[in-house]
Amino acid sequence: MTSTLDPDAEAESTADAETDPDATERSRPNRVDCTDPDTDADGEPQPHTIRLELADQPGQLLDALEPISANGGNLLSIFHERGNVTPRGRIPVEIDVEATPDRFDAIVAALRDEGVNVVQAGAEHYAEEVVVLLVGHLVDTDLSDTLRRIEDCSATSIDDFSLNAPEGRSDTSSARLRMATRAGEATKALSIVHEIAEEKDLHVVEPLAGGAV
Amino acid sequence: MTDSKRLAVVGAGAVGGSVVELAADYGHSVVAFADSSSAVVDDDGIDTGTALDRKASEGHVGDGDPQDALAADYDVLVEATPTTLGDANPGFSHLRTALERDRHVVLANKGPVAERYADVRDLERDSQGRVRFEATVGGAIPIVSTVEDLSPSHVTAARGVLNGTANFILSRMAAEGIDYEHVLAEAQDLGVAEADPTFDVEGTDAALKCVILANVLSEGEREFTLEDAEVEGITNVPGSALELAAEDGRTIRLVGEATRDGIRVGPRLVPQNAALAVTGTRNIVQLETDHAGQLNLSGRGAGGPETASAVLGDVGRLE
Repeated sequence: MTSTLDPDAEAESTADAETDPDATERSRPNRVDCTDPDTDADGEPQPHTIRLELADQPGQLLDALEPISANGGNLLSIFHERGNVTPRGRIPVEIDVEATPDRFDAIVAALRDEGVNVVQAGAEHYAEEVVVLLVGHLVDTDLSDTLRRIEDCSATSIDDFSLNAPEGRSDTSSARLRMATRAGEATKALSIVHEIAEEKDLHVVEPLAGGAV
Repeated sequence: MTDSKRLAVVGAGAVGGSVVELAADYGHSVVAFADSSSAVVDDDGIDTGTALDRKASEGHVGDGDPQDALAADYDVLVEATPTTLGDANPGFSHLRTALERDRHVVLANKGPVAERYADVRDLERDSQGRVRFEATVGGAIPIVSTVEDLSPSHVTAARGVLNGTANFILSRMAAEGIDYEHVLAEAQDLGVAEADPTFDVEGTDAALKCVILANVLSEGEREFTLEDAEVEGITNVPGSALELAAEDGRTIRLVGEATRDGIRVGPRLVPQNAALAVTGTRNIVQLETDHAGQLNLSGRGAGGPETASAVLGDVGRLE
């Protein structure tokens, strides 16, 4: 969730969506997923983010949610930013919805028909963040290849990377990767990291499953 | 108040010795006490002080044959011999002997319930005696009895830090920025790590405890042994990895996870302020439940008196 709360990113994407009605289409994910083609195939449910601005009146949120369920969307999360009122006095709401592309278009159309102010819809939302450590001969096993393959193969973006090689490049070193994945994809991203690590004889230190602490 | 029981204690290490020493405090008498080469048996209750002194000074508890202790007239056999893998003997055969005599068994030895859980339950079914094993998981911490109270079917997962030696090493490495070999040497000097620390640092000990928890959770639906566990130790965790974790507000702990579907033990990233990030030799178990949310049980996971308190707690729970 943290990436969507970045005020800069928000301002940018909001402006984009308002001036360019095709933003929805352009920003739809088109990453290649080489392990499980099914999940990215057209017609499969995908997570989408919708940003709305609602008047500060009772019942507004409920009215805005109705078209989502009515059109077969699966509500993943709602972030109601009451403390962050817009200059026009409206309350920003961010909704994550899982739906097939067709249904998602119908949801957005229905929201607009109902007079809901949709400021952004459809940008791929990296909903889950996973931090892992890799330990081993990272440099000698082609670090850039490791990172590229993680990004290529798992609908994952590496947001942040740190290498700690106190003994120089030839000895054991450690790396920290902050990966952003789509909702529900973190497990798959981890399994790809494991696969690459096994091939290169690296050790993976991962967080607990399900975000448990 | 619990009824007074007559105990036979087999195994005279830190745990067995502490059980013998503390039994009277809990209202029980010790009628037999054995180590691997000797035994002392007295139907009126052994002189515990003398037996413990002899063990300390001469290396054996008495003049009798160890088999005499198994044949003594006791209510509860306390099995505190070292954990063995595979057939889990001699611990398993001690348990069998007691159950066939319709006596209760309280285990401090992990072997029988980690490696032969189904066999233990089969023998128990045909016996008037019951088997309890709180002391096998997490030392003093009441984990097995808590799962029983919650009902195993309502506990979806158990995870935790279950090896004090590995946790001491990881927390010292993180706090002092010193490498594995130096911390291990320090731990050995302090008596926190054994001369051969393999069992602890390779994750085997934590895995056995998780296997036992998985057996408890699955209630006989599926039997788990060490072979079913995916295990990685801490010997591959360098200081550089702990540094990177700390920069991000995290640390590394050897965490074991047990569910009805399996067991995993390995170094995991956890937030520094998380309940699981206990320091030093402290242990913690986190239970995920259907109706009671998450429970965190933390305390001393090893030590003679600590583990003996779990053994004597089990004795008190027997009918």
